[in-house]
Amino acid sequence: MLLESIWFFLWGLLWAVYFMTDGFDLGIGSLLPFLGKTEEDRRVMVNATGPLWDGNQVWLLSAGGVTFAAFPRVYAVMFSSLYSALMLILFALILRGVAFEFRGKVDGPGWRKLWDACIFIGSFAPALLFGVAFANIFQGIPIDQKGVYQGTLFTLLNPYGLIGGVLFVLLFLVHGALWLSAKTEGELQTRAASAAAKIWPVEVAVAVVFLATSFFTTRLYANYLANPLLFAVILLTVAALFGIRVFLAKKAFFKAWFASALTIVGATFYGVIGLFPNMFPSSMNPAWSLTAHNASSTQLTLKIMLVVVIIFVPIVLAYQAWAYNLFKTKVTLEDLAY
Amino acid sequence: MDVLMLSRLQFTATTIFHFFFVPLTLGLSVLVAIMETQYARTGNETYLKMTRFWGKLFLINFAVGIVTGITLEFQFGTNWSGYSAYVGDIFGSLLAIEATAAFFLESTLIGVWVFGWKKLSRRAHAVVMWLMAGASNLSAIWILTANGWMQQPVGYAIRNGRAELTDFAAVVFNTFSLLQILHVVPAALLLAAFFIMGISAYHLLRQQNVDFFTRSFRLGLVVGTIASIWVILEGDMHAKHVTKVQPAKLAAMESLWNTTSRAPVYMVAVPDEQNERNAVEIGAIPGLLSFLGHGDFSAEVKGLKEFPKSERPPVLLTFLSFRVMVTLGTYFAVMMVIGIFIRKRLMENPWYLKLMMLSIPLPFLAHTAGWVLAEVGRQPWIVYGLMKTADAVSPIAASQVAVSLVAFILVYGLLGAVGYYLIGKHARLGPEAVAE
Ligand code: HDD
Ligand code: HEM
Ligand code: HEM
Repeated sequence: MLLESIWFFLWGLLWAVYFMTDGFDLGIGSLLPFLGKTEEDRRVMVNATGPLWDGNQVWLLSAGGVTFAAFPRVYAVMFSSLYSALMLILFALILRGVAFEFRGKVDGPGWRKLWDACIFIGSFAPALLFGVAFANIFQGIPIDQKGVYQGTLFTLLNPYGLIGGVLFVLLFLVHGALWLSAKTEGELQTRAASAAAKIWPVEVAVAVVFLATSFFTTRLYANYLANPLLFAVILLTVAALFGIRVFLAKKAFFKAWFASALTIVGATFYGVIGLFPNMFPSSMNPAWSLTAHNASSTQLTLKIMLVVVIIFVPIVLAYQAWAYNLFKTKVTLEDLAY
Repeated sequence: MDVLMLSRLQFTATTIFHFFFVPLTLGLSVLVAIMETQYARTGNETYLKMTRFWGKLFLINFAVGIVTGITLEFQFGTNWSGYSAYVGDIFGSLLAIEATAAFFLESTLIGVWVFGWKKLSRRAHAVVMWLMAGASNLSAIWILTANGWMQQPVGYAIRNGRAELTDFAAVVFNTFSLLQILHVVPAALLLAAFFIMGISAYHLLRQQNVDFFTRSFRLGLVVGTIASIWVILEGDMHAKHVTKVQPAKLAAMESLWNTTSRAPVYMVAVPDEQNERNAVEIGAIPGLLSFLGHGDFSAEVKGLKEFPKSERPPVLLTFLSFRVMVTLGTYFAVMMVIGIFIRKRLMENPWYLKLMMLSIPLPFLAHTAGWVLAEVGRQPWIVYGLMKTADAVSPIAASQVAVSLVAFILVYGLLGAVGYYLIGKHARLGPEAVAE
């Protein structure tokens, strides 16, 4: 029981770290056509995430891998149920990944325009779809007793799902704009900072709508009401959200980015705590939901994987922190690689 | 077509495509690391140029390798949910370990390597390349451990309607996986050696950058010779183990229908699956198959008829892919040996250089053939002896898979074309173009 609960929260943590790290890459990619007025701007924007996006993306792979290892039935049912949505995300990420590498390999405005478009689609679509998918999980998915999905791609595009999608996009846009503000200089920096300032109020508004709608369409609050101390997580998240604005006004961009990172982690945990112990709730009958207890691996596997995670995740965090630190300086035109 | 057929086609297309890029990553990362080490030790600018030039080709290839891998990580869930639920307790942990122990290192360091030329010392930068090469090969080791378990399941018990882990060490030290690792990693080095030698040959034929490309060619020759011989010797051990644990696959590999002692290998054979015989059999080498399978010319080898029809793999494909791989493996070793003899007189032997240039695609073909053999030869089992592929597929709509399959073919086709176009373009441009 204990091991499964630990794994449930580790599972949530991996998703949270993925959204926190790749979130700003997705945000910058989505902002590319809007903030990148000249080719030079666009190159700087792409190179602002250049050394880091690939390492960030691996958090998604480990979130997927850990779902498979610790909760195989969740992995099986979740990814086959969300087949089309997940395929769209994967295709988008494929385009984004090669676009980074390809865009600078041939000289020509048409060539770069093509790959810049791929970066935009490859960033915007996953941001939106991850939000849609998670909101739908919060509210429950039409799966039957055997875990067979009884809907289509369009079932997921319900109002609550869409609000979730929009919320994710806004979270990532602000996150990306802040990273850009911290990493660039001059006019691009001014534009990025003002974009962050302009999008922020919308982010707040949609977050409020999402929190309120969740009360009516999901059972997320049951855990909070049973244990009111947990409301602290929501309060901290809201505090971080307002911290963004405070630091932004002071032009403390890295601090504002950290506040935004905390917001994203908080938002993910808001849902994860509310779900516990459900991982993939059935909207047809709560008894058919997949939970941390009925979908997990054996105790032996959970123990082995726990050892693996306790050893490797700190090591990964250490060298990723080293890499972030190595590339914390402003992006200048001399050391562009993409 | 039904979900099963479509999912199989999709998995086949996507893994094969992935594996067009993976072996070059595995092998070239090591070769580039060797070049960079030379540079770090001697400060010789030619080695820096070599690192930059081959490094650039490596990066283009790497990008496609990465993105095509991402889909594979999720496809077990999307298309093979029956399989995932059944084996996740064991198989899932291997994939998760691969991501946490290898992919992170590889993907974080690639950024450092590309963007860190001015931020790191010469030596530290070379160390980063070695760590990259190590992490790439480590990821291969874990994925092969996973694949080896499907070929020869060990360390499990069937409980609660699924395979549950009982002995982790047995899974990690599975003989099948170890043999695969010892086969695939050197085969990847071999492929990278041919890649470097072929491109070098192109430039040598045009008398461009002779010093640069002679050095590159030599490095390829040394690594390629060792690897090509190793692959043959290890491949033989591999076949012996297959004989032991997957006799149906071995029988299909040589299209042997009846159990025979002193089983021969035919120079030419044409399997006829309908009538359970070979339509053509020419040039028997008596006892060779017994020797290959058991190390004894008179040993008995099980024929396909020993197995019920429903438990035989597709014979023709298994047979052909084995032939293709072995023929090419022999050709590679021969070419390397010739290369050793004429290494000082390369420029006087344009026919050899031309042949090497044209041989670039062949190791790719050999790798693909090897995998088709391993995977098709395992059919109808998805986990050998435990679960049939037909029971593994997800309960999803065929239309969904049809759409994604078409999308994969289109997108991958385009990406592959662009990727190889870019590799070809930059390979032809030569080292001057990467001076910056
Ligand atoms: C023998 C080696 C080998 C084999 C059989 C496979 N791969 Fe692979 N894979 C690699 C060797 C490799 C690699 C060389 O390590 C790559 C190439 C680029 C990279 O980052 O790692 C890679 C990339 C790669 C990535 C992207 C990693 C990243 O973003 O850094 C994923 C998710 C997978 N693979 C997953 C798979 C799965 C699920 C396979 C099962 C069919 C598979 N690979 C077969
Ligand atoms: C990268 C090299 C690989 C190639 C080229 C390859 C190729 C193939 C092929 C050709 C099939 C289809 C067989 C058939 O339908 O008759 C197949 C099936 C499959 N392979 Fe692989 N394989 C590779 C590696 C792996 C690895 C490393 C794993 C596991 C980690 C794996 C897991 C599977 C699974 C789950 C199937 C199920 C579909 C089926 O059997 O039809 N493959 N693969
Ligand atoms: C000429 C000597 C060779 C022999 C005797 C040989 C033997 C084998 C055997 C028996 C298998 C099947 C094992 C299984 O069922 O999984 C295999 C698989 C394979 N071979 Fe070879 N091989 C040779 C050359 C090559 C070459 C030259 C390459 C590529 C450069 C290659 C690449 C592969 C790959 C990628 C696999 C699939 C992975 C595996 O199962 O190990 N082989 N080989």
